Amino acid sequence: MAHSGPMTDWRKAKLPVIAFLAPATIIYTLFMIYPLLDSIRLSFYATPSGGEAAFVGLDNYRTILADPDWSSTFWNSFWNNMKFFAVHMLIQNPIGIALAGILSLPQLRFRNTYRTMMIMPTMLSVVIVGFIWQLILSPVWGVGADLLDIIGLKSLFGPWLGKEGSALITLSFISVWQWVGIPLMLIYAALLAIPDDLVDAAIVDGASHFEVFIHIKLPLVLPTVAMVSILTFVGNFNAFDLIYAVKGALAGPNFSTDIMGTLFYRTFFGYQLQLGNPHLGATVASLMFLIILAGVLFYLFAIQRRLARYQL
Amino acid sequence: MSFSNIRREDASRAVIVHAILLTYTLVALYPIFLVVINAFKTRKGIFKDPMGLPNADTFSLEGFTKVLAKSDFELFFYNSFSVTIITIVIVLLLAAMAAWALSEYKFPGNTVLALYLAIGIMVPIRLGSVSILNLIVDLGLINTLTALVMVYVAQGLPLAIFILTEFMHQIPKDLKEAARCDGVGEFKIFFAIILPLIRPAVATVAVFTMIPIWNDLWFPLILAPGDGKQTITLGVQQFIGQYVTDWNAVLASLSLAIIPILVLYLIFSRQLIRGLTSGAVK
Repeated sequence: MAHSGPMTDWRKAKLPVIAFLAPATIIYTLFMIYPLLDSIRLSFYATPSGGEAAFVGLDNYRTILADPDWSSTFWNSFWNNMKFFAVHMLIQNPIGIALAGILSLPQLRFRNTYRTMMIMPTMLSVVIVGFIWQLILSPVWGVGADLLDIIGLKSLFGPWLGKEGSALITLSFISVWQWVGIPLMLIYAALLAIPDDLVDAAIVDGASHFEVFIHIKLPLVLPTVAMVSILTFVGNFNAFDLIYAVKGALAGPNFSTDIMGTLFYRTFFGYQLQLGNPHLGATVASLMFLIILAGVLFYLFAIQRRLARYQL
Repeated sequence: MSFSNIRREDASRAVIVHAILLTYTLVALYPIFLVVINAFKTRKGIFKDPMGLPNADTFSLEGFTKVLAKSDFELFFYNSFSVTIITIVIVLLLAAMAAWALSEYKFPGNTVLALYLAIGIMVPIRLGSVSILNLIVDLGLINTLTALVMVYVAQGLPLAIFILTEFMHQIPKDLKEAARCDGVGEFKIFFAIILPLIRPAVATVAVFTMIPIWNDLWFPLILAPGDGKQTITLGVQQFIGQYVTDWNAVLASLSLAIIPILVLYLIFSRQLIRGLTSGAVK
Protein backbone atom coordinates (compact mmCIF):
# COMPACT_ATOMS: atom_id res chain seq x y z
CA MET A 1 0.00 0.00 0.00
CA ALA A 2 1.37 3.44 -0.86
CA HIS A 3 1.78 5.82 2.04
CA SER A 4 2.21 9.54 1.90
CA GLY A 5 5.04 9.63 4.41
CA PRO A 6 6.07 8.32 7.81
CA MET A 7 3.09 7.65 9.99
CA THR A 8 2.68 8.75 13.57
CA ASP A 9 3.98 6.29 16.14
CA TRP A 10 0.98 4.86 17.94
CA ARG A 11 2.77 4.61 21.32
CA LYS A 12 2.06 8.32 21.76
CA ALA A 13 -1.66 7.70 21.24
CA LYS A 14 -2.51 4.17 22.32
CA LEU A 15 -5.95 4.92 23.69
CA PRO A 16 -7.19 6.93 20.68
CA VAL A 17 -5.93 4.31 18.22
CA ILE A 18 -7.73 1.51 20.05
CA ALA A 19 -10.86 3.62 20.41
CA PHE A 20 -10.83 4.43 16.68
CA LEU A 21 -10.37 0.83 15.57
CA ALA A 22 -12.38 -1.15 18.11
CA PRO A 23 -16.01 -0.38 17.15
CA ALA A 24 -15.62 -1.17 13.44
CA THR A 25 -13.47 -4.22 14.07
CA ILE A 26 -15.84 -5.65 16.70
CA ILE A 27 -19.06 -5.23 14.67
CA TYR A 28 -17.38 -6.52 11.50
CA THR A 29 -15.93 -9.53 13.32
CA LEU A 30 -19.16 -10.38 15.15
CA PHE A 31 -21.59 -10.03 12.22
CA MET A 32 -19.41 -10.95 9.27
CA ILE A 33 -16.25 -12.93 9.99
CA TYR A 34 -17.63 -15.01 12.86
CA PRO A 35 -20.80 -16.04 10.93
CA LEU A 36 -18.71 -16.98 7.88
CA LEU A 37 -16.39 -19.18 9.96
CA ASP A 38 -19.23 -20.54 12.08
CA SER A 39 -21.18 -21.49 8.93
CA ILE A 40 -18.21 -23.54 7.79
CA ARG A 41 -18.10 -25.20 11.24
CA LEU A 42 -21.85 -25.95 11.09
CA SER A 43 -21.35 -27.69 7.76
CA PHE A 44 -19.44 -30.45 9.61
CA TYR A 45 -22.38 -31.13 11.96
CA ALA A 46 -25.79 -32.73 11.60
CA THR A 47 -28.84 -32.96 13.82
CA PRO A 48 -30.46 -36.41 13.85
CA SER A 49 -34.25 -36.16 14.28
CA GLY A 50 -34.92 -35.18 17.86
CA GLY A 51 -31.26 -35.35 18.87
CA GLU A 52 -28.38 -32.99 19.56
CA ALA A 53 -26.14 -31.68 16.78
CA ALA A 54 -23.18 -34.02 16.33
CA PHE A 55 -19.93 -33.86 14.40
CA VAL A 56 -20.23 -35.84 11.17
CA GLY A 57 -17.04 -34.90 9.33
CA LEU A 58 -17.53 -34.56 5.60
CA ASP A 59 -20.89 -36.41 5.52
CA ASN A 60 -22.86 -33.30 4.51
CA TYR A 61 -20.49 -32.66 1.63
CA ARG A 62 -20.81 -36.29 0.54
CA THR A 63 -24.60 -35.87 0.61
CA ILE A 64 -24.62 -32.70 -1.46
CA LEU A 65 -21.99 -33.83 -3.98
CA ALA A 66 -22.65 -37.56 -4.26
CA ASP A 67 -26.10 -38.48 -2.95
CA PRO A 68 -28.30 -39.14 -6.01
CA ASP A 69 -31.12 -36.92 -4.63
CA TRP A 70 -28.85 -33.97 -4.02
CA SER A 71 -25.93 -34.12 -6.43
CA SER A 72 -27.95 -33.66 -9.62
CA THR A 73 -29.63 -30.58 -8.07
CA PHE A 74 -26.29 -29.19 -6.95
CA TRP A 75 -24.51 -29.70 -10.28
CA ASN A 76 -27.54 -28.40 -12.17
CA SER A 77 -27.43 -25.16 -10.16
CA PHE A 78 -23.65 -24.96 -10.53
CA TRP A 79 -23.72 -25.23 -14.33
CA ASN A 80 -26.69 -22.89 -14.55
CA ASN A 81 -24.66 -20.42 -12.52
CA MET A 82 -21.70 -20.86 -14.90
CA LYS A 83 -24.00 -20.08 -17.86
CA PHE A 84 -25.38 -17.06 -15.98
CA PHE A 85 -21.78 -15.86 -15.44
CA ALA A 86 -20.76 -16.59 -19.05
CA VAL A 87 -23.58 -14.40 -20.40
CA HIS A 88 -22.44 -11.54 -18.14
CA MET A 89 -18.81 -11.92 -19.24
CA LEU A 90 -19.61 -12.19 -22.94
CA ILE A 91 -22.40 -9.60 -23.18
CA GLN A 92 -22.46 -7.27 -20.18
CA ASN A 93 -18.75 -6.51 -19.88
CA PRO A 94 -18.04 -5.94 -23.61
CA ILE A 95 -21.08 -3.63 -23.86
CA GLY A 96 -19.94 -1.78 -20.73
CA ILE A 97 -16.40 -1.40 -22.10
CA ALA A 98 -17.63 -0.21 -25.50
CA LEU A 99 -20.02 2.35 -23.99
CA ALA A 100 -17.31 3.59 -21.60
CA GLY A 101 -14.96 3.94 -24.60
CA ILE A 102 -17.51 5.97 -26.55
CA LEU A 103 -18.36 8.14 -23.54
CA SER A 104 -14.70 8.99 -23.02
CA LEU A 105 -14.26 10.32 -26.59
CA PRO A 106 -12.97 13.90 -26.51
CA GLN A 107 -15.46 16.74 -27.08
CA LEU A 108 -18.52 14.54 -26.76
CA ARG A 109 -21.67 16.54 -26.08
CA PHE A 110 -24.25 15.44 -23.46
CA ARG A 111 -21.65 13.08 -21.99
CA ASN A 112 -22.93 13.42 -18.42
CA THR A 113 -26.57 13.05 -19.40
CA TYR A 114 -25.93 9.84 -21.32
CA ARG A 115 -23.90 8.42 -18.49
CA THR A 116 -26.47 9.27 -15.84
CA MET A 117 -29.30 7.73 -17.90
CA MET A 118 -27.42 4.57 -18.82
CA ILE A 119 -26.53 3.78 -15.22
CA MET A 120 -30.08 4.23 -13.97
CA PRO A 121 -31.16 0.54 -14.12
CA THR A 122 -28.17 -0.34 -11.94
CA MET A 123 -29.60 1.74 -9.11
CA LEU A 124 -32.92 -0.12 -9.00
CA SER A 125 -33.64 -3.08 -6.80
CA VAL A 126 -33.04 -6.44 -8.49
CA VAL A 127 -36.54 -7.44 -7.37
CA ILE A 128 -38.11 -4.42 -9.07
CA VAL A 129 -36.09 -5.05 -12.25
CA GLY A 130 -37.25 -8.67 -12.26
CA PHE A 131 -40.91 -7.62 -12.02
CA ILE A 132 -40.52 -4.89 -14.67
CA TRP A 133 -39.24 -7.43 -17.20
CA GLN A 134 -41.71 -10.08 -16.14
CA LEU A 135 -44.49 -7.65 -17.07
CA ILE A 136 -42.87 -6.57 -20.34
CA LEU A 137 -42.20 -10.15 -21.43
CA SER A 138 -45.64 -11.36 -20.34
CA PRO A 139 -47.65 -12.67 -23.29
CA VAL A 140 -50.78 -11.49 -21.43
CA TRP A 141 -49.77 -7.84 -21.79
CA GLY A 142 -48.11 -8.30 -25.16
CA VAL A 143 -46.04 -5.12 -25.02
CA GLY A 144 -42.88 -7.15 -25.63
CA ALA A 145 -44.29 -8.40 -28.92
CA ASP A 146 -45.33 -4.84 -29.85
CA LEU A 147 -41.78 -3.63 -29.20
CA LEU A 148 -40.28 -6.39 -31.34
CA ASP A 149 -42.79 -5.48 -34.05
CA ILE A 150 -41.17 -2.03 -34.30
CA ILE A 151 -37.92 -3.63 -35.46
CA GLY A 152 -39.76 -6.25 -37.51
CA LEU A 153 -38.99 -9.24 -35.30
CA LYS A 154 -42.44 -9.93 -33.85
CA SER A 155 -42.33 -13.55 -35.01
CA LEU A 156 -39.48 -14.23 -32.57
CA PHE A 157 -41.57 -13.35 -29.51
CA GLY A 158 -42.52 -16.16 -27.19
CA PRO A 159 -43.12 -16.88 -23.50
CA TRP A 160 -39.36 -16.87 -22.96
CA LEU A 161 -39.49 -16.76 -19.17
CA GLY A 162 -41.85 -19.72 -19.02
CA LYS A 163 -39.96 -22.15 -21.24
CA GLU A 164 -37.35 -24.52 -19.87
CA GLY A 165 -35.00 -23.89 -22.79
CA SER A 166 -35.02 -20.10 -22.66
CA ALA A 167 -35.84 -19.03 -19.07
CA LEU A 168 -32.25 -18.99 -17.76
CA ILE A 169 -30.83 -17.12 -20.74
CA THR A 170 -33.68 -14.58 -20.55
CA LEU A 171 -33.03 -13.98 -16.85
CA SER A 172 -29.32 -13.61 -17.61
CA PHE A 173 -30.11 -10.90 -20.16
CA ILE A 174 -32.36 -9.11 -17.68
CA SER A 175 -29.50 -9.15 -15.18
CA VAL A 176 -27.09 -7.89 -17.88
CA TRP A 177 -29.49 -5.03 -18.66
CA GLN A 178 -29.42 -4.01 -15.02
CA TRP A 179 -25.71 -4.41 -14.28
CA VAL A 180 -24.08 -2.94 -17.43
CA GLY A 181 -23.71 0.21 -15.32
CA ILE A 182 -20.96 -1.34 -13.18
CA PRO A 183 -18.38 -2.01 -15.96
CA LEU A 184 -19.52 1.22 -17.59
CA MET A 185 -18.81 3.32 -14.49
CA LEU A 186 -15.58 1.65 -13.40
CA ILE A 187 -13.99 1.49 -16.84
CA TYR A 188 -15.10 5.02 -17.68
CA ALA A 189 -13.38 6.24 -14.49
CA ALA A 190 -10.22 4.32 -15.43
CA LEU A 191 -10.25 5.73 -18.98
CA LEU A 192 -10.49 9.29 -17.65
CA ALA A 193 -7.33 8.70 -15.60
CA ILE A 194 -5.22 8.08 -18.74
CA PRO A 195 -2.98 11.11 -19.33
CA ASP A 196 -4.09 13.21 -22.31
CA ASP A 197 -0.62 13.57 -23.85
CA LEU A 198 -0.46 9.81 -24.50
CA VAL A 199 -3.63 9.97 -26.56
CA ASP A 200 -2.83 13.31 -28.21
CA ALA A 201 0.53 12.02 -29.45
CA ALA A 202 -1.13 9.09 -31.20
CA ILE A 203 -3.84 11.30 -32.74
CA VAL A 204 -1.21 13.70 -34.09
CA ASP A 205 0.52 10.68 -35.64
CA GLY A 206 -2.68 9.99 -37.56
CA ALA A 207 -4.29 7.23 -35.47
CA SER A 208 -8.09 7.12 -35.40
CA HIS A 209 -9.98 7.26 -32.12
CA PHE A 210 -10.89 3.60 -32.57
CA GLU A 211 -7.24 2.62 -33.01
CA VAL A 212 -6.27 4.70 -29.99
CA PHE A 213 -8.92 2.92 -27.93
CA ILE A 214 -7.87 -0.60 -29.00
CA HIS A 215 -4.09 -0.13 -28.92
CA ILE A 216 -3.53 2.44 -26.19
CA LYS A 217 -6.48 2.93 -23.87
CA LEU A 218 -7.78 -0.63 -23.57
CA PRO A 219 -4.40 -2.17 -22.65
CA LEU A 220 -3.99 0.53 -19.99
CA VAL A 221 -7.33 -0.24 -18.35
CA LEU A 222 -6.93 -4.03 -18.42
CA PRO A 223 -6.41 -4.14 -14.62
CA THR A 224 -9.83 -2.51 -14.23
CA VAL A 225 -11.33 -4.97 -16.74
CA ALA A 226 -9.89 -7.80 -14.62
CA MET A 227 -11.35 -6.26 -11.47
CA VAL A 228 -14.75 -5.91 -13.15
CA SER A 229 -14.55 -9.57 -14.15
CA ILE A 230 -13.92 -10.77 -10.62
CA LEU A 231 -16.69 -8.50 -9.28
CA THR A 232 -18.98 -10.05 -11.90
CA PHE A 233 -17.96 -13.56 -10.82
CA VAL A 234 -18.55 -12.89 -7.13
CA GLY A 235 -21.84 -11.10 -7.83
CA ASN A 236 -23.12 -13.86 -10.12
CA PHE A 237 -22.25 -16.72 -7.78
CA ASN A 238 -23.98 -14.86 -4.97
CA ALA A 239 -27.08 -13.90 -6.99
CA PHE A 240 -30.51 -14.80 -5.66
CA ASP A 241 -33.00 -11.91 -5.71
CA LEU A 242 -33.74 -11.91 -9.44
CA ILE A 243 -34.49 -15.62 -9.72
CA TYR A 244 -36.48 -15.59 -6.47
CA ALA A 245 -38.56 -12.57 -7.55
CA VAL A 246 -39.36 -13.87 -11.03
CA LYS A 247 -39.40 -17.65 -10.56
CA GLY A 248 -39.76 -18.18 -6.80
CA ALA A 249 -37.62 -20.43 -4.61
CA LEU A 250 -38.29 -23.40 -6.90
CA ALA A 251 -36.48 -21.68 -9.78
CA GLY A 252 -38.74 -23.21 -12.42
CA PRO A 253 -39.66 -24.40 -14.89
CA ASN A 254 -38.27 -27.71 -13.66
CA PHE A 255 -35.25 -26.09 -11.90
CA SER A 256 -33.98 -24.73 -15.21
CA THR A 257 -33.21 -21.35 -13.59
CA ASP A 258 -31.85 -22.76 -10.33
CA ILE A 259 -28.53 -21.17 -9.32
CA MET A 260 -26.38 -21.53 -6.20
CA GLY A 261 -28.24 -18.75 -4.34
CA THR A 262 -31.69 -20.28 -4.81
CA LEU A 263 -30.36 -23.75 -3.96
CA PHE A 264 -28.87 -22.32 -0.75
CA TYR A 265 -32.18 -20.71 0.17
CA ARG A 266 -34.20 -23.89 -0.44
CA THR A 267 -31.74 -26.11 1.39
CA PHE A 268 -31.63 -23.74 4.37
CA PHE A 269 -35.34 -22.90 4.65
CA GLY A 270 -36.98 -25.83 2.90
CA TYR A 271 -39.79 -25.66 0.37
CA GLN A 272 -43.09 -27.44 -0.04
CA LEU A 273 -42.70 -30.84 1.66
CA GLN A 274 -38.97 -30.73 2.20
CA LEU A 275 -37.97 -29.30 5.58
CA GLY A 276 -35.20 -26.76 5.87
CA ASN A 277 -31.85 -28.01 7.08
CA PRO A 278 -29.40 -25.45 8.50
CA HIS A 279 -26.47 -27.87 8.34
CA LEU A 280 -26.96 -28.76 4.70
CA GLY A 281 -27.64 -25.07 4.07
CA ALA A 282 -24.30 -24.21 5.67
CA THR A 283 -22.70 -26.87 3.48
CA VAL A 284 -24.07 -25.29 0.30
CA ALA A 285 -22.90 -21.86 1.57
CA SER A 286 -19.43 -23.28 2.26
CA LEU A 287 -19.27 -24.71 -1.26
CA MET A 288 -20.28 -21.30 -2.63
CA PHE A 289 -17.54 -19.79 -0.48
CA LEU A 290 -14.98 -22.21 -1.97
CA ILE A 291 -16.09 -21.38 -5.52
CA ILE A 292 -15.87 -17.63 -4.87
CA LEU A 293 -12.54 -18.05 -3.08
CA ALA A 294 -11.14 -20.01 -6.03
CA GLY A 295 -12.20 -17.18 -8.35
CA VAL A 296 -10.70 -14.46 -6.14
CA LEU A 297 -7.40 -16.34 -5.71
CA PHE A 298 -7.20 -16.95 -9.45
CA TYR A 299 -7.68 -13.22 -9.97
CA LEU A 300 -5.13 -12.19 -7.35
CA PHE A 301 -2.37 -14.59 -8.34
CA ALA A 302 -2.84 -15.39 -12.01
CA ILE A 303 -4.34 -12.22 -13.46
CA GLN A 304 -3.59 -9.19 -11.32
CA ARG A 305 0.08 -10.08 -10.90
CA ARG A 306 0.62 -10.60 -14.62
CA LEU A 307 -1.19 -7.36 -15.48
CA ALA A 308 0.73 -5.33 -12.92
CA ARG A 309 3.89 -5.70 -15.01
CA TYR A 310 2.38 -3.70 -17.85
CA GLN A 311 1.43 -0.78 -15.65
CA LEU A 312 2.90 2.65 -16.29
CA MET B 1 -7.91 15.66 -47.75
CA SER B 2 -9.47 19.09 -47.90
CA PHE B 3 -10.61 20.90 -44.82
CA SER B 4 -14.31 20.49 -45.59
CA ASN B 5 -13.87 16.75 -46.04
CA ILE B 6 -12.46 16.44 -42.55
CA ARG B 7 -15.37 18.39 -41.14
CA ARG B 8 -17.91 16.22 -42.96
CA GLU B 9 -16.19 13.12 -41.64
CA ASP B 10 -16.25 14.51 -38.11
CA ALA B 11 -19.93 15.30 -38.43
CA SER B 12 -20.86 11.86 -39.70
CA ARG B 13 -18.80 10.26 -36.94
CA ALA B 14 -20.62 12.37 -34.37
CA VAL B 15 -23.96 11.18 -35.78
CA ILE B 16 -22.96 7.53 -35.44
CA VAL B 17 -21.65 8.06 -31.91
CA HIS B 18 -24.83 9.79 -30.79
CA ALA B 19 -27.00 7.18 -32.52
CA ILE B 20 -25.28 4.42 -30.54
CA LEU B 21 -25.53 6.31 -27.26
CA LEU B 22 -29.17 7.25 -27.83
CA THR B 23 -30.09 3.69 -28.71
CA TYR B 24 -28.56 2.34 -25.55
CA THR B 25 -30.11 5.10 -23.44
CA LEU B 26 -33.51 4.07 -24.83
CA VAL B 27 -32.81 0.41 -24.06
CA ALA B 28 -31.89 1.38 -20.49
CA LEU B 29 -34.76 3.76 -19.81
CA TYR B 30 -37.76 2.62 -21.86
CA PRO B 31 -38.68 -0.41 -19.71
CA ILE B 32 -38.73 1.80 -16.59
CA PHE B 33 -40.66 4.52 -18.42
CA LEU B 34 -43.20 1.96 -19.67
CA VAL B 35 -43.97 0.72 -16.16
CA VAL B 36 -44.29 4.23 -14.73
CA ILE B 37 -46.64 5.57 -17.44
CA ASN B 38 -48.89 2.51 -17.28
CA ALA B 39 -49.21 2.88 -13.52
CA PHE B 40 -51.26 6.01 -14.26
CA LYS B 41 -53.77 4.29 -16.56
CA THR B 42 -57.03 2.41 -16.31
CA ARG B 43 -56.91 -1.33 -16.79
CA LYS B 44 -58.33 -0.86 -20.27
CA GLY B 45 -55.67 1.70 -21.10
CA ILE B 46 -52.91 -0.60 -19.91
CA PHE B 47 -53.95 -3.36 -22.29
CA LYS B 48 -55.30 -1.41 -25.25
CA ASP B 49 -52.50 1.07 -25.65
CA PRO B 50 -49.55 0.02 -23.47
CA MET B 51 -47.07 2.34 -25.16
CA GLY B 52 -49.20 5.48 -25.17
CA LEU B 53 -49.01 8.15 -22.54
CA PRO B 54 -51.98 8.37 -20.19
CA ASN B 55 -54.63 10.70 -21.66
CA ALA B 56 -58.01 11.99 -20.56
CA ASP B 57 -59.63 8.62 -21.39
CA THR B 58 -57.07 6.34 -19.84
CA PHE B 59 -55.73 8.35 -16.90
CA SER B 60 -56.48 6.79 -13.56
CA LEU B 61 -54.94 6.52 -10.12
CA GLU B 62 -56.86 3.39 -9.15
CA GLY B 63 -53.63 1.36 -8.92
CA PHE B 64 -52.15 3.73 -6.38
CA THR B 65 -55.35 3.91 -4.33
CA LYS B 66 -55.47 0.11 -4.19
CA VAL B 67 -51.83 -0.22 -3.19
CA LEU B 68 -52.14 2.36 -0.44
CA ALA B 69 -55.38 0.83 0.80
CA LYS B 70 -54.36 -2.82 0.73
CA SER B 71 -50.81 -2.63 1.96
CA ASP B 72 -48.73 -0.62 4.37
CA PHE B 73 -46.52 1.15 1.86
CA GLU B 74 -45.95 4.17 4.08
CA LEU B 75 -44.70 1.85 6.80
CA PHE B 76 -42.44 -0.07 4.40
CA PHE B 77 -40.93 3.22 3.27
CA TYR B 78 -40.42 4.29 6.84
CA ASN B 79 -38.72 0.97 7.63
CA SER B 80 -36.41 1.18 4.60
CA PHE B 81 -35.60 4.81 5.36
CA SER B 82 -34.75 4.23 9.00
CA VAL B 83 -32.64 1.17 8.29
CA THR B 84 -30.76 2.88 5.46
CA ILE B 85 -30.15 6.22 7.18
CA ILE B 86 -29.10 4.74 10.54
CA THR B 87 -26.78 2.28 8.78
CA ILE B 88 -25.14 4.99 6.67
CA VAL B 89 -24.48 7.22 9.67
CA ILE B 90 -22.94 4.36 11.68
CA VAL B 91 -20.90 3.07 8.72
CA LEU B 92 -19.53 6.52 7.91
CA LEU B 93 -18.54 7.30 11.47
CA LEU B 94 -17.01 3.91 12.32
CA ALA B 95 -15.32 3.55 8.93
CA ALA B 96 -13.85 7.06 9.11
CA MET B 97 -12.47 6.35 12.60
CA ALA B 98 -10.94 3.04 11.52
CA ALA B 99 -9.61 4.46 8.24
CA TRP B 100 -8.00 7.33 10.12
CA ALA B 101 -6.29 4.99 12.58
CA LEU B 102 -5.08 2.74 9.77
CA SER B 103 -3.71 5.56 7.65
CA GLU B 104 -2.29 7.77 10.39
CA TYR B 105 -0.71 5.59 13.05
CA LYS B 106 2.11 3.10 12.87
CA PHE B 107 1.31 0.11 15.07
CA PRO B 108 2.15 -3.59 14.94
CA GLY B 109 -0.28 -5.46 12.70
CA ASN B 110 -1.44 -2.37 10.80
CA THR B 111 -1.24 -4.01 7.37
CA VAL B 112 -2.69 -7.29 8.64
CA LEU B 113 -5.67 -5.50 10.16
CA ALA B 114 -6.23 -3.52 6.95
CA LEU B 115 -6.26 -6.78 4.96
CA TYR B 116 -8.54 -8.44 7.53
CA LEU B 117 -11.03 -5.59 7.23
CA ALA B 118 -10.85 -5.83 3.43
CA ILE B 119 -11.93 -9.50 3.26
CA GLY B 120 -15.56 -8.40 3.35
CA ILE B 121 -15.18 -6.46 0.08
CA MET B 122 -14.88 -9.73 -1.82
CA VAL B 123 -16.61 -12.31 0.37
CA PRO B 124 -20.39 -11.87 0.38
CA ILE B 125 -21.88 -11.68 3.89
CA ARG B 126 -24.84 -13.78 2.69
CA LEU B 127 -22.71 -16.90 2.88
CA GLY B 128 -22.78 -16.57 6.67
CA SER B 129 -26.59 -16.39 6.78
CA VAL B 130 -27.15 -19.68 8.64
CA SER B 131 -25.00 -18.49 11.50
CA ILE B 132 -26.25 -14.90 11.32
CA LEU B 133 -29.80 -16.16 11.80
CA ASN B 134 -28.69 -18.18 14.88
CA LEU B 135 -26.89 -15.12 16.24
CA ILE B 136 -29.87 -12.83 15.71
CA VAL B 137 -32.19 -15.35 17.37
CA ASP B 138 -29.80 -15.67 20.34
CA LEU B 139 -29.67 -11.89 20.68
CA GLY B 140 -33.48 -11.77 20.63
CA LEU B 141 -33.42 -9.47 17.61
CA ILE B 142 -35.41 -11.58 15.18
CA ASN B 143 -37.99 -9.57 13.24
CA THR B 144 -36.50 -6.25 14.26
CA LEU B 145 -35.00 -3.47 12.18
CA THR B 146 -32.01 -3.50 14.56
CA ALA B 147 -31.04 -6.92 13.21
CA LEU B 148 -30.93 -5.50 9.68
CA VAL B 149 -28.90 -2.47 10.80
CA MET B 150 -26.30 -4.69 12.51
CA VAL B 151 -25.84 -6.91 9.47
CA TYR B 152 -25.80 -3.99 7.02
CA VAL B 153 -23.22 -2.09 9.09
CA ALA B 154 -20.96 -5.15 8.98
CA GLN B 155 -21.63 -5.45 5.23
CA GLY B 156 -20.94 -1.77 4.51
CA LEU B 157 -17.81 -1.28 6.64
CA PRO B 158 -15.15 -3.05 4.51
CA LEU B 159 -15.62 -1.02 1.31
CA ALA B 160 -16.17 2.20 3.28
CA ILE B 161 -12.95 1.69 5.24
CA PHE B 162 -11.07 0.91 2.04
CA ILE B 163 -12.31 4.00 0.17
CA LEU B 164 -11.79 6.31 3.15
CA THR B 165 -8.28 4.97 3.87
CA GLU B 166 -7.27 5.75 0.28
CA PHE B 167 -8.79 9.17 0.69
CA MET B 168 -7.10 9.93 4.03
CA HIS B 169 -3.68 9.34 2.51
CA GLN B 170 -4.30 12.49 0.46
CA ILE B 171 -4.83 14.74 3.49
CA PRO B 172 -1.84 17.12 3.73
CA LYS B 173 0.54 16.33 6.60
CA ASP B 174 1.05 19.97 7.62
CA LEU B 175 -2.54 20.29 8.82
CA LYS B 176 -2.30 17.59 11.47
CA GLU B 177 1.30 18.44 12.39
CA ALA B 178 0.34 22.06 13.02
CA ALA B 179 -2.49 20.92 15.25
CA ARG B 180 -0.22 18.54 17.14
CA CYS B 181 2.33 21.32 17.75
CA ASP B 182 -0.46 23.38 19.26
CA GLY B 183 -1.09 20.54 21.66
CA VAL B 184 -4.48 19.50 20.25
CA GLY B 185 -5.45 15.99 21.40
CA GLU B 186 -5.71 13.05 18.99
CA PHE B 187 -9.50 12.74 19.39
CA LYS B 188 -9.98 16.42 18.71
CA ILE B 189 -7.72 16.26 15.63
CA PHE B 190 -9.96 13.57 14.20
CA PHE B 191 -13.34 15.03 15.05
CA ALA B 192 -12.54 18.73 14.49
CA ILE B 193 -10.04 18.62 11.60
CA ILE B 194 -10.17 15.29 9.76
CA LEU B 195 -13.88 14.50 9.80
CA PRO B 196 -14.89 17.77 8.06
CA LEU B 197 -12.12 17.22 5.48
CA ILE B 198 -13.45 13.91 4.20
CA ARG B 199 -16.77 15.37 3.07
CA PRO B 200 -16.03 14.84 -0.67
CA ALA B 201 -15.60 11.09 -0.10
CA VAL B 202 -18.72 10.86 2.04
CA ALA B 203 -21.12 11.03 -0.91
CA THR B 204 -19.34 8.18 -2.69
CA VAL B 205 -19.27 6.01 0.40
CA ALA B 206 -22.90 6.84 1.21
CA VAL B 207 -24.12 5.84 -2.26
CA PHE B 208 -22.13 2.61 -2.30
CA THR B 209 -23.48 1.76 1.15
CA MET B 210 -27.03 2.85 0.49
CA ILE B 211 -27.92 1.21 -2.83
CA PRO B 212 -27.32 -2.44 -1.82
CA ILE B 213 -29.12 -1.93 1.50
CA TRP B 214 -32.17 -0.19 0.09
CA ASN B 215 -32.47 -2.82 -2.64
CA ASP B 216 -31.70 -5.93 -0.59
CA LEU B 217 -34.24 -8.75 -0.48
CA TRP B 218 -32.22 -11.51 1.19
CA PHE B 219 -31.78 -10.26 4.76
CA PRO B 220 -35.27 -8.77 5.14
CA LEU B 221 -36.56 -12.14 3.90
CA ILE B 222 -34.67 -14.21 6.47
CA LEU B 223 -34.26 -11.80 9.41
CA ALA B 224 -37.32 -9.54 9.41
CA PRO B 225 -40.06 -10.91 7.16
CA GLY B 226 -42.84 -10.39 9.70
CA ASP B 227 -45.78 -8.03 9.74
CA GLY B 228 -44.83 -4.43 10.02
CA LYS B 229 -41.08 -4.91 9.69
CA GLN B 230 -40.84 -5.36 5.92
CA THR B 231 -38.59 -3.07 3.94
CA ILE B 232 -39.91 -1.61 0.71
CA THR B 233 -38.23 -4.26 -1.48
CA LEU B 234 -39.68 -7.14 0.52
CA GLY B 235 -43.02 -5.34 0.84
CA VAL B 236 -43.33 -4.97 -2.94
CA GLN B 237 -42.28 -8.59 -3.44
CA GLN B 238 -44.95 -9.84 -1.03
CA PHE B 239 -47.60 -7.47 -2.38
CA ILE B 240 -47.03 -8.52 -5.97
CA GLY B 241 -47.05 -12.17 -4.95
CA GLN B 242 -50.51 -11.58 -3.53
CA TYR B 243 -52.03 -9.35 -6.22
CA VAL B 244 -50.22 -10.77 -9.22
CA THR B 245 -53.25 -10.54 -11.52
CA ASP B 246 -54.16 -6.98 -10.58
CA TRP B 247 -52.15 -5.09 -13.17
CA ASN B 248 -53.04 -1.62 -11.91
CA ALA B 249 -51.89 -2.44 -8.40
CA VAL B 250 -48.73 -4.22 -9.57
CA LEU B 251 -47.65 -1.35 -11.83
CA ALA B 252 -48.45 1.22 -9.15
CA SER B 253 -46.50 -0.65 -6.47
CA LEU B 254 -43.49 -0.92 -8.79
CA SER B 255 -43.66 2.79 -9.58
CA LEU B 256 -43.84 3.65 -5.89
CA ALA B 257 -40.65 1.66 -5.37
CA ILE B 258 -38.89 3.10 -8.43
CA ILE B 259 -39.61 6.82 -8.15
CA PRO B 260 -37.90 7.68 -4.83
CA ILE B 261 -34.69 5.87 -5.72
CA LEU B 262 -34.57 7.59 -9.11
CA VAL B 263 -35.06 11.02 -7.53
CA LEU B 264 -32.30 10.31 -5.00
CA TYR B 265 -30.08 9.03 -7.79
CA LEU B 266 -30.57 12.13 -9.92
CA ILE B 267 -29.69 14.31 -6.92
CA PHE B 268 -26.55 12.36 -6.02
CA SER B 269 -25.35 11.07 -9.38
CA ARG B 270 -22.92 13.95 -9.86
CA GLN B 271 -21.20 13.32 -6.51
CA LEU B 272 -21.14 9.59 -7.18
CA ILE B 273 -19.34 10.00 -10.49
CA ARG B 274 -17.05 12.67 -9.13
CA GLY B 275 -16.05 10.39 -6.30
CA LEU B 276 -15.38 7.57 -8.73
CA THR B 277 -13.36 9.62 -11.18
CA SER B 278 -11.35 11.51 -8.58
CA GLY B 279 -9.68 8.26 -7.69
CA ALA B 280 -11.59 7.56 -4.51
CA VAL B 281 -12.09 4.05 -5.90
CA LYS B 282 -9.21 2.31 -7.57
